[in-house]
Amino acid sequence: MESPKSLEKDLKELRESFRCGKTKEAAWRMRQLKGLSTLLKEKEEGIFDALRRDMGKHKAEAYRDEIGTLIKSINYALANLKGWMSAKKAPLPLGAFPTTAEVVSEPLGVVLIISTWNFPIGLSLEPLIGALAAGNTVVIKPSELTPTCSSLLANTIPIYLDNSAVKIIEGDASVGEQLLRHKWDKILFTGSARVGRMVMLAAAEHLTPVTLELGGKCPAVVDCIPNSRDRTMAMKRIVVGKYGTCAGQACIAIDYILVEKKNAAALVEALTFRIKSMFGDNPRASNSLARIVNRHHFLRLKNLLVDPKVQACVVYGGSMDENTLFVEPTILLDPPHDADIMTEEIFGPLLPIITLNSIEESIEFINLKPKAPAAYIFTKNESLMKRMISETSSGSLAINDCITQFAADTLPFGGVGESGFGRYHGKFSFHTFSHEKGILRRSFLTEFWFRFPPWNNNKLLLLRAAYIFDYIAIVLIVLGLKKS
Amino acid sequence: MDEAEKKKMFDVDSAALLVKELRANFGSGKTKSYGWRVSQMKNIIKMIEDHENDFVEALRSDLSKPELESFVFEIAMLKASCKLALKELKSWMKPERVKTSLAAFPSSAEIMSEPLGVVLVISAWNYPLLLSLDPVLGAIAAGNAVVLKPSEIAPATSSLLKKLLGEYLDSSAIRVVEGAVPETSALLEQKWDKIFYTGNGRVGRIVMAAAAKHLTPVLLELGGKCPVVVDSGINLKVATRRIIAGKWGCNNGQACISPDYIITTKEYAPKLVDSLKTELESFYGKDPLETKDLSRIVNASHFARLSKLLDEDKVSDKIVHGGQRDKAQLKIGPTILLDVPHDSLIMNEEIFGPLLPILTVDKVEESFEFINSRTKALAAYIFTNNRKLKEEFVRAVSAGGLVINDTTLHLAVPTLPFGGVGESGLGSYHGKFSFDAFSHKKAVLYRTFAGDAPARYPPYTQGNLKLLKALMEGSVFGIIRALFGW
Repeated sequence: MESPKSLEKDLKELRESFRCGKTKEAAWRMRQLKGLSTLLKEKEEGIFDALRRDMGKHKAEAYRDEIGTLIKSINYALANLKGWMSAKKAPLPLGAFPTTAEVVSEPLGVVLIISTWNFPIGLSLEPLIGALAAGNTVVIKPSELTPTCSSLLANTIPIYLDNSAVKIIEGDASVGEQLLRHKWDKILFTGSARVGRMVMLAAAEHLTPVTLELGGKCPAVVDCIPNSRDRTMAMKRIVVGKYGTCAGQACIAIDYILVEKKNAAALVEALTFRIKSMFGDNPRASNSLARIVNRHHFLRLKNLLVDPKVQACVVYGGSMDENTLFVEPTILLDPPHDADIMTEEIFGPLLPIITLNSIEESIEFINLKPKAPAAYIFTKNESLMKRMISETSSGSLAINDCITQFAADTLPFGGVGESGFGRYHGKFSFHTFSHEKGILRRSFLTEFWFRFPPWNNNKLLLLRAAYIFDYIAIVLIVLGLKKS
Repeated sequence: MDEAEKKKMFDVDSAALLVKELRANFGSGKTKSYGWRVSQMKNIIKMIEDHENDFVEALRSDLSKPELESFVFEIAMLKASCKLALKELKSWMKPERVKTSLAAFPSSAEIMSEPLGVVLVISAWNYPLLLSLDPVLGAIAAGNAVVLKPSEIAPATSSLLKKLLGEYLDSSAIRVVEGAVPETSALLEQKWDKIFYTGNGRVGRIVMAAAAKHLTPVLLELGGKCPVVVDSGINLKVATRRIIAGKWGCNNGQACISPDYIITTKEYAPKLVDSLKTELESFYGKDPLETKDLSRIVNASHFARLSKLLDEDKVSDKIVHGGQRDKAQLKIGPTILLDVPHDSLIMNEEIFGPLLPILTVDKVEESFEFINSRTKALAAYIFTNNRKLKEEFVRAVSAGGLVINDTTLHLAVPTLPFGGVGESGLGSYHGKFSFDAFSHKKAVLYRTFAGDAPARYPPYTQGNLKLLKALMEGSVFGIIRALFGW
């Protein structure tokens, strides 16, 4: 745990490392990224172990959602870094020759990444990739709710990365508060809206730009899917998108489903079949289901089902074990719309299904709630797809799948409205940790003499023409051939 | 205050009602249509063209701004902005197709722009027309409903904007709220989908803190001390004219990107000072307090502020040119100071006026270190023919934007993002950047039901792990195996 004095010392070192200019070199950045890649390969077993201890994740899930995506992201960054770092020419009209304009990306300086517990390795290191690629020095504050992962990062990062430029600072909320009192050049925060507000308020003191990756209730609209093979695929994706992703404890996991009344029964049946096939008849014994992170969240989820009106809606699952922090994959049918389970982000393996008279009503239902990090729709109906895309708003939207947009390097990953602002992944990570500096280069040779006072009507005429780059008019006026 | 006056007061309740109304109108979807956005932008152009003289008059009243400056920096720039947006809007609104990797095969993806909703634009007093309508234009182009709060320090422009926007634009989605601190605070209590603020760092912090309560993203265009590095071996006359144009020719130094101070070598300084004196006289005549080609100081409070900068001990004796003042007319002549102390007031706050300190160094390279010891400005300038020095400047100096061998012009280039960094702000706009600033870029992934990596699904086994590794590390053979479930 950091004392305030050692924190000051660390920050001073990070600032000095940035100031000396080494992080601006492409070679330094690539070395860090390669070092990170080596860490992931050499410490793989340790990471698997930490994720199993802290979250009960199976290696396959850990690899699919954290290690694998990180390796992919690092490879993508290494392949594209030179391109991202190069100046981009900004087009100017022909008449502006020989003036040239370009945009150059430069690092912001010393940045803070505040990570969270559901993807404790992934959500610490994915932003780090962007921060390093952009040439910054970095502090990562991992979540104290996943202590094995936090220690692992604290122990391994200094070995594989430049210790004077990347630091892991462990601790709880009080350490977080301490960190937030300092001036950062950028903060990327993943977590809840409540803490997000505090982060932004602290950042406002220093005019620090922030990216907030928050949560929300991600809806999945499930339309009638006529083809049985397609239906099977959809069910697989929905079940893994809810229960198979950190047991529903993911900002982009499906929170609730919207379905037409007449399809509800079949949906419940198909989902329960799929749940059994993925997690077995005794899901408690399944090694493929992550557990709830801690007792506090376990009780929170338990409380969502306490209301007898809600409890009565459970049509599958519902069992829980406080000792093992186990919550069974659960389905509810039509809980009251004003129950907590339908007003708060669930963040767990409880799946409410809301039935509607017509699937078109989903749009309105979704729009009554704050904007979520993601929205999903399973349908073959093109016009419904179009309506979903253009009439609802969310961080991202996936059609006929869920979660996978997270792994697409070319798609920006971020929220909107209550689910946050700013984005990262791929080149967006690079840009979120950069300042795009515009540069205009002029020569001494050409000038508009009419640019300068003292002003007169002739100059006004010429400026009007110049502003629309009407060079012929300029020449004519100068030659006295054109009048106002 | 009588009942009628109390009724007219714009308080927190009025603000809440306003936002509620605009949200409902935004919810109807009308601002999203291409047709609506185009009609509003065309109406802005018409409004400016129909009332060009009224705007010039208002700017003269508020700032004594010379007609040519009003035309060039406010009216023409605004029209150019609108015309560009009209020309490009269709392409800006089109979703951007992006490639997807093999790991997500088969799929297609795009990034689509959608409006954020109901946005607030808080403008400034120095370019009260441009800094109000340029951001509003961006908000409209992106399909938002917008409330504009013009600066009360430029009252004639503020009331003209209120009147004309009400006449020319769709007031179900575009509104102007006039007022000062109380009205602004009432507005800041509300939940907006974005807040765009132009002004100073002190208020910028207040805006961001208010926005934090509602998790509202902000774009802050602030200020700073824009340095000008002047090397030797340049075309001094051209450089001097460009410095003057950027300083006194831009609202008499009251512009966020005006050169604030100069750094040059001890050796070159006398030549620069002489050149400045000569060119200043050719621009503004022997008695600059008489010329019509300079804006006045905006108000008594800023006049007092600038006087204080000049009167400070150890600064007042460094004046090498100008220093004339006329309190009644709110005029201060173009003033040059040489080698004021680094800890003086004039070197520690944004000048925002017609005072130009020149600091000298032994070697021109030392200027970069000085600049970097200060907070980042909105712009930084260098005059040099030395290629290496140019590159070092670009590499070493961080500011919102840089110009080599000129000043302020980058403002007029719509393909360059215009915004600050550090103390000078966050976010950027102009051209497409304005459209983007007021949009949410939604990632849309289209998947078919065909083809999937079964390795993705529970129950998880060692086999899953192997396949996932192959798939994600991009080994083609591994991918084929994983895709077809071998």
